[in-house]
Amino acid sequence: MAYVSRGFHGKREKEREDSRLPPGQYLAQDFPVLSAGPTPHTPLDEWTFTIESEVGDELGRWSWDSFRALPSEEVRVDIHCVTKWSKLETAWEGVSIDTLLEGVEHDATHAMAFADGDYLTNIPLEDLVDGKAWVAFAYDGSPLEPEHGGPARLLVPHLYFWKSAKWVRGLRLMDHDEPGFWESYGYHIYGDPWREQRYAGD
Amino acid sequence: MARAAIRGRLSWTLAEVVDLVDETPRVRSIVLDVPGWPGHLAGQHIDVRLTAEDGYQAQRSYSIASAPQGERIALTVEGLPDGEVSSYLVGELRTGDKLELRGPVGGYFVWEANAVGPLLLIAGGSGIVPLMSMLRHRDAAGADVGAKLLYSSRSWEDVIYRDELERLASVTDGPEVVHTLTRSQPQGWTGYSRRVDVPMLTEIAWPASSVPAAFVCGPTPFVESVAAALVVLGYPATSVKTERFGPTGG
Repeated sequence: MAYVSRGFHGKREKEREDSRLPPGQYLAQDFPVLSAGPTPHTPLDEWTFTIESEVGDELGRWSWDSFRALPSEEVRVDIHCVTKWSKLETAWEGVSIDTLLEGVEHDATHAMAFADGDYLTNIPLEDLVDGKAWVAFAYDGSPLEPEHGGPARLLVPHLYFWKSAKWVRGLRLMDHDEPGFWESYGYHIYGDPWREQRYAGD
Repeated sequence: MARAAIRGRLSWTLAEVVDLVDETPRVRSIVLDVPGWPGHLAGQHIDVRLTAEDGYQAQRSYSIASAPQGERIALTVEGLPDGEVSSYLVGELRTGDKLELRGPVGGYFVWEANAVGPLLLIAGGSGIVPLMSMLRHRDAAGADVGAKLLYSSRSWEDVIYRDELERLASVTDGPEVVHTLTRSQPQGWTGYSRRVDVPMLTEIAWPASSVPAAFVCGPTPFVESVAAALVVLGYPATSVKTERFGPTGG
């Protein structure tokens, strides 16, 4: 039984009844920015997206132009940040991970997403396929801004948003799980907002 | 090692409010006695959870302001106009009340006093809080590694920890503290009176060649521009650690 905070009533009545909010989350009106360092700015003519094997063999590689030539999808999803804010019905455009993995032969169970700024995050492969994840390049009808992860970020909306790596540059396919950046600093290895898996052991 | 301190499950703990300090008209420090506190690193934060009588709960994260050396922990919270948790903490909470929290959390935006390179801290508004933990830690540890704080506030009245910063800066081996006041300045003010920019950082920041560790904390536009400016000055991106306080900090 939680301690009742004397004099605390909470005032966001609508939020209490919104079943789209996972436990411990509140509605953000704007789009907060969180990142651990300076925003990288990779020019589009130097940008690539790579799928590689555990030992670094290249299994697939796209330039910006060839990436943008792939079929893309518009998705409208709720997103949940571990720092407690959620944003409902956000509108993105991106390339499905299913599309990127088409024709890639592998027997991996997990992926490590890698990004500019030396950022890494680990995700089970089953959470990236079957229409559950995208490499997004547009938000709300406009090119994704650098501070929100542009030119392209991973979008895995059913996990806490640190898994949706900003400035993503590729996926390393692995036959095991291992912690990425925040996962090494005490954040949960999987990060399901509906089970409130914020920190290791939750 | 930073990572060792945050292993293991983080359980909710009931802390007691032992002191409240009004820092500015909108900002208050909350001193807490936390039974079994495992200790923390300068720069880490905690989660606070409030529960209403009908069971409704709200959680937010707050940086720890106190040094790891203390017996108690202190938070410093800015009351936001629409902040359901911050307005409670700043306006309603009294000495003797209990507060549920868990932590410490985060092991990247941290500084330890045995670090070799000089320390550069750049704060915007209440972004000073985790950086103050670092300065207090440096002071308590008797570290003599160079330290500079560039602190941007709207006005002199909005400067959090004003007297303590002055005291820290005045001791031998104390940090150099530089203020910039962006909105209004007291009469006779001779310091900076504009937003932090590349020329200001060129004057204040350690040269990149001295391999400094930089910590930047404040609202997003502040952090974006300061971090980008440090990269322009030759700071490697990995030496610039950032943390942001958005307007929805709640």
